[in-house]
Amino acid sequence: MSFNGYGVWAIYRFEMARALRTLWQSVVTPVITTALYFVVFGSAIGSRMTEIDGVAYGAFIVPGLIMLSLFTQSIFNASFGIYFPKFTGTIYELLSAPVSPLEIVIAYVGAAATKSAVLGLIILATASFFVPLQILHPVWMLGFLILISTTFSLFGFIIGIWAQNFEQLQFMPMLVVTPLTFLGGAFYSIDMLPEPWRTVTLFNPVVYLISGFRWAFYESSDVSLAVSASATLGFFLLCLAVVGWIFRTGYRLKN
Amino acid sequence: MQPVITIEGLTKTYKSGLQALKPVDLTIRKGEIFALLGPNGAGKTTLISIVCGIVTPTSGRVVADGHDIQADYRRARMKIGLVPQELTTDAFETVWATVNFSRGLFGRPPNAAYVEQVLRDLSLWDKKDAKIMTLSGGMKRRVLIAKALSHEPDILFLDEPTAGVDVELRKDMWAMVRRLRERGVTIILTTHYIEEAEEMADRVGVILKGELILVEDKAELMKKLGKKTLTLHLQEPLAALPPELGEWSLELRDGGEALDYVFDSNADRTGVPSLLRRLSDLGIGFKDLSTRQSSLEDIFVGLVHGSQAEAA
Repeated sequence: MSFNGYGVWAIYRFEMARALRTLWQSVVTPVITTALYFVVFGSAIGSRMTEIDGVAYGAFIVPGLIMLSLFTQSIFNASFGIYFPKFTGTIYELLSAPVSPLEIVIAYVGAAATKSAVLGLIILATASFFVPLQILHPVWMLGFLILISTTFSLFGFIIGIWAQNFEQLQFMPMLVVTPLTFLGGAFYSIDMLPEPWRTVTLFNPVVYLISGFRWAFYESSDVSLAVSASATLGFFLLCLAVVGWIFRTGYRLKN
Repeated sequence: MQPVITIEGLTKTYKSGLQALKPVDLTIRKGEIFALLGPNGAGKTTLISIVCGIVTPTSGRVVADGHDIQADYRRARMKIGLVPQELTTDAFETVWATVNFSRGLFGRPPNAAYVEQVLRDLSLWDKKDAKIMTLSGGMKRRVLIAKALSHEPDILFLDEPTAGVDVELRKDMWAMVRRLRERGVTIILTTHYIEEAEEMADRVGVILKGELILVEDKAELMKKLGKKTLTLHLQEPLAALPPELGEWSLELRDGGEALDYVFDSNADRTGVPSLLRRLSDLGIGFKDLSTRQSSLEDIFVGLVHGSQAEAA
């Protein structure tokens, strides 16, 4: 047996079943939250805002809002998926099973990325009810959606292995990723910022992810597409390298 | 008999510096029930965890059914099923889903008929759609066994399988273990209930402070180390042992109404006939007598205490 396909499928299906069991928490809550953002920023405040790069404010924030959900949900799904078996002790089964580290990552990260990508598309559909949307480069949009879902799921997987309690599990998405997303141009173009804040913002990696994704919608971006795509791919490879190291060393998985 | 697990020079030292296993060499024979005994913290679970892939050994080698557990871990692990000590289950899953999950995880294609048979054998079939969180402790233990058997392993590790399980369920499990053995499954169990090992095991290993101090055929062990106790219920109570009985190691109990004599039943001279003659000479009559063979538990306690006294 060179690839344990049944094993990968078992984990993937188990994780997807968990999302369906917690449908309210997995899908409905993020959709309601996003709809509230549209009501507040799109309709109430957005109506008083001018267009940004020729795009109505309500429509301008759509890619940023999708990214916000994508980041947090990818991290949450993947980190919880691997942390929970550690917490309950059922990890023994995974560690004693004939599945390779790569297969474990494919299954957990694949399931988490699927969930958040589907969620991103649901939010996109929800947004279309509130604002006029256009997607000039749908293939790029889907490419960014899948790559960012996968990358942040990998990142979440790392957090899930690193975390030793629920507080640590929440730390990254709540105290690092959400602030970086808010300050990374989710609700504004960084060109609107005065110096030195514009330059400081360029050190925020989230800027490049949101910028590339927004470009796929409106051809409007804070940084060039090549820089955005490279940054996204770079973060993906970095997470992949860390996961590889975790399984080589058994870090916080094996004694 | 053909070996199914070969352990050579296996050691484990944790990062804390605790040496959980000193070099351990052990061969488990195909189709046998092997009981690994030892007090808490002796290294039983560490040994099992290494063989199953949960803990990384510091040194040494383990081969399971011809497959090295590290170099050829996929094939080795497919042969092994593990029932852990703790009741660790996916509380929100149904019995059916969790057992099928385990089967898939271990690389087996779906087989509803086989899973149904496993659940029926473990009296879990009528609970197949129940969420695990709704089951009793004993039922959860059965679910863990079903999960371990789901991929049709040839080797089954049972780590304290009947801890916290009532007497009836314990007997059911013993019967199930015997049925598995009849089907050719090799079973390695750790237990605190020595009675369990005495009831089921073909061979017994005793581990103490990470060291395997004894591996022996159970019947052989009981014959070699077992003692018998002769109890005489006296007609008249004795205030003290007469000096004429000093050459036998006797113990007076029950207010002087019973006399115990521990002897080696395998010895050429047990000392029983001469004791009875001496009692008759002294005019000490008895109204009843009985003998009792020492249990595996007595032997185990003797070994542990003996080893501790030696270490001191």
